[in-house]
Amino acid sequence: MPEQINLAKLIFGRLTWDAIPLHEPILLLTFAMVAFGGVTVLGALTYFKLWTPLWRDWITSIDHKRIGIMYIVLGLVMMLRGFADALMMRAQQAMAFGDSTGFLPPHHYDQVFTAHGVIMIFFVAMPLVNGLMNYVVPLQIGARDVSFPFLNNLSFWFTAFGSFLVMASLFVGEFARTGWLAYPPLAGILASPDVGVDYYIWSLQIAGVGTLLSGVNLIATIIKMRAPGMTMMKMPVFVWTALCTNVLIVAAFPVLTAVLAMLSMDRTLGTNFFTSDMGGNAMMYVNLIWIWGHPEVYILVLPAFGVFSEVVPTFCNKRIFGYTSMVYASVVITILAYLVWLHHFFTMGSGASVNSFFGITTMIISIPTGAKIFNWLFTMYRGRIRFELPMMWTIAFMITFVIGGMTGVLLAVPPADFVVHNSLFLIAHFHNVIIGGVVFGMFAGINFWFPKAFGYKLDTFWGKCSFWFWVIGFYAAFMPLYVLGLMGVTRRLSHFDDPSLQIWFIIAAFGAFLILLGIGSFVIQLIVSFKNREALRDTTGDPWGGRSLEWSTSSPPPDYNFAFTPHVHNRDAWTDMKNNKFVRPITGFVKIHMPKNTPAGFIIAAFSFAVGFALIWQMWLLATIGFVAMIAVIIIHTFNYNRDYYISADDVVRTENARTYLLNSHV
Amino acid sequence: MKFSASSTPTFRSALLCLSPILLAGCSTVVLNPSGDIALQQGRLLLISTMLMLLIIVPVIALICVFSWKYRQSNTEARYDPEWDHSTSLELIIWGAPLLIIIVLGLLTWIGTHTLDPYRKLDRLDAARPIPLNTKALRVEVVALDWKWLFIYPDLNIATVNELAAPVDVPIVFTITASTVMNSFSIPALAGQIYAMPGMQTKLNAVINRAGVYDGFSANYSGAGFSDMKFKFHGMDQTAFNQWVQTVKAEKMLDSQGYVQLEKPSIRVPVIHFGSVDANLYHTILNRCVGGNAMCMDQMMMVDAQSNKRTSSVANITTKAIRFAEIDNAICTTTPSLVKVNNNARAN
Repeated sequence: MPEQINLAKLIFGRLTWDAIPLHEPILLLTFAMVAFGGVTVLGALTYFKLWTPLWRDWITSIDHKRIGIMYIVLGLVMMLRGFADALMMRAQQAMAFGDSTGFLPPHHYDQVFTAHGVIMIFFVAMPLVNGLMNYVVPLQIGARDVSFPFLNNLSFWFTAFGSFLVMASLFVGEFARTGWLAYPPLAGILASPDVGVDYYIWSLQIAGVGTLLSGVNLIATIIKMRAPGMTMMKMPVFVWTALCTNVLIVAAFPVLTAVLAMLSMDRTLGTNFFTSDMGGNAMMYVNLIWIWGHPEVYILVLPAFGVFSEVVPTFCNKRIFGYTSMVYASVVITILAYLVWLHHFFTMGSGASVNSFFGITTMIISIPTGAKIFNWLFTMYRGRIRFELPMMWTIAFMITFVIGGMTGVLLAVPPADFVVHNSLFLIAHFHNVIIGGVVFGMFAGINFWFPKAFGYKLDTFWGKCSFWFWVIGFYAAFMPLYVLGLMGVTRRLSHFDDPSLQIWFIIAAFGAFLILLGIGSFVIQLIVSFKNREALRDTTGDPWGGRSLEWSTSSPPPDYNFAFTPHVHNRDAWTDMKNNKFVRPITGFVKIHMPKNTPAGFIIAAFSFAVGFALIWQMWLLATIGFVAMIAVIIIHTFNYNRDYYISADDVVRTENARTYLLNSHV
Repeated sequence: MKFSASSTPTFRSALLCLSPILLAGCSTVVLNPSGDIALQQGRLLLISTMLMLLIIVPVIALICVFSWKYRQSNTEARYDPEWDHSTSLELIIWGAPLLIIIVLGLLTWIGTHTLDPYRKLDRLDAARPIPLNTKALRVEVVALDWKWLFIYPDLNIATVNELAAPVDVPIVFTITASTVMNSFSIPALAGQIYAMPGMQTKLNAVINRAGVYDGFSANYSGAGFSDMKFKFHGMDQTAFNQWVQTVKAEKMLDSQGYVQLEKPSIRVPVIHFGSVDANLYHTILNRCVGGNAMCMDQMMMVDAQSNKRTSSVANITTKAIRFAEIDNAICTTTPSLVKVNNNARAN
């Protein structure tokens, strides 16, 4: 009966039982593992009666510290997924020579490399960077929270539900097979009629909105909520790089949203923005996506630069060299980030003058970046360097990053780019800067600020294991790719004919295995540190001899961060306070005005997930209901006047007395 | 993918292989190719590397030296916790990279213009200019799902997944695609350029040594991408003429044949076509093979002329001239070709 069929179509859209990949053993195994893990976690939550604290203290929390931690947890969990993809690719390329086709057919392999890129950039690097900024920036500027605490929670949940949508594509339907930027016409409806590209579009749309809102939030926070006395030129360098990054986010992410919206209109509504016929032009997509995509690179790497700028002076016991040029270098990078996008497609046939212009602007970026390297270098000069884990990651970064920078400038010379573009040389280059820059930076940051967030340091032995496995693994995995690129081997191949290449891929696969050990050691490091937390306890709040304000409060900081808002007189505010015999106030506490937790962010983002899922499968009824519900929750939330509360003076006194006791008992 | 090296001594000496990686890279196709354009591009890659090593090597050395010298346990080393500024040092750390970038920028500007794929060749290799009265070999390249079609308009032949060219004769490739983006890449011959549907890119190159080289798509294009490869044969003129004769013996490629060929297929063996519909490439480029759609160039000309008509009613002649110029700029076909096109379709 036609009515029934239409009703099923209205409710389920394109979704049928065929979408569940029961015939793919790898996916079934993955699903079994995820299901097992999920059941274990849910069981543990129930057994230890953690549901209420999870909901009350984390999911609905608007505390920037908890949101920061949740971002980082999300990033680390998604790193496991993204890295599993990487291992599969390395294994496939090491195996698939001659008669062997490897274990992944193109249909699956193409999804794997697409998912790897999307996940690593959007759901690993972005959450890690955002998490660190969220956690550290308010503490460094002496604030009690961000400007818009509820918005912060909403941003996080948009990002998280975006990643859930990518994960859903593993088990319901499939992911895009287009490469991580989904160039049309390949991503158009003619070449990719299935749901893969729609999963790509909607997960990025949802996560992208979250990132944009978080950018607005942090800009407002940095501009408006600095402690008295902290002028712009007295801000820690990490705050400066966070400001530049968020300016980039606010200016770049709307372009991504718009270009993905146009792509989805081409796919579902039959418009012709990027089609081959009817006046559409795919080159516009390529330009637009890179106008977002290039600044995105700096969005990721600038906060990492900020981390190094905090780590180096701390572990050299010395003021940072060339603070002013550090700041100007960040600002120049921010501006130039918008003038280089065309270097991603010199080979699309622009004229020589256009190509030279973008090649030269790209090279110019290496000047401020080089200045930063020199500034860290001269901060080490005449310092007293302690090789703790964050400093080790920083040294590894400096050496690795200059190599990546060099190959980057090579790729910026258009005629040279013509011969290595899209080759494994390019793959080696961008992993060289993203792993060497962003990932090393995030590990430096996590090791550096972990004692602040949890009150105990991370275990050194397993940290060093993780460090050496990562660094050696990185070189083993990616140096062979430089060689292969020079041999003219292009990217994204799932099969090779020439057996002489195989040895390089085997070395690269071995490197990936070493990185796996590095990730494993990091997990062990977390577990061992948790077990030994009493021995590793930081009672002072200042375990490293820190220089900025976050080290002036307890570890972990109280909900209100600072009992009294600090006054800043010097660039290294906390060092300045220590040098001038700052005495921590122990009386005179007053009640503190704080924002209140709310489930609204979680609920709105959950509805956005439903809308996204429905749009992917063309379940128009669910999409409509979900959208209306989402808007309704937003409107209802605006009528929620119960948004703040006071931490009573008694509570502040109790917390601060506990800290006084702790400080005195360990002197 | 390795080819025997017989490059000039100067080029050899330029291969200052500083690390095992570069050592391994030295004998590779990118740094030691067989076509003059790729050779110059590879050399530019090397020169740029050398230039940057001028600053990279000292920086890495300083990182190691400072890490060692200023370690905490070395109390001998000077410790100056308040030292955080030096104008002369700042000048050097901004100035030195700037100087290198200026040199590199000049190299880039010149290199990009001389090695522009659209630019007509002016030499066969470093020692030989192009002899007078040399006629370039024209090849029309179409990236299909997932194979390559090569049309030789002057020889009236076509091939699939096999490309041949005589040694030391300039080749002019005009490149398009049937459905999605690809990249036309023969590392031994010249750098790559994208192949895009409804658009045409161009590549000028020359092969200097006879041999069989790898060609492939360097831009991911879907399920059959990994097998979208072909062999490029550099041959001396006699061998090439013989090859043309063998191809000539085969059947014709017309628009019906193309429609069949265009359908997605993987690992397609080499096919030869003894003659080609003269209009085929033009209709592929303008997305009207078989006459089932209006050709894009016609559509654009109709649009442009209707603009001209509406504006010329209201405007004076100068404006009309400008529109005429636009006509030239956007219409890849002369009216006479359109006529040929229409005649072909009528037949």
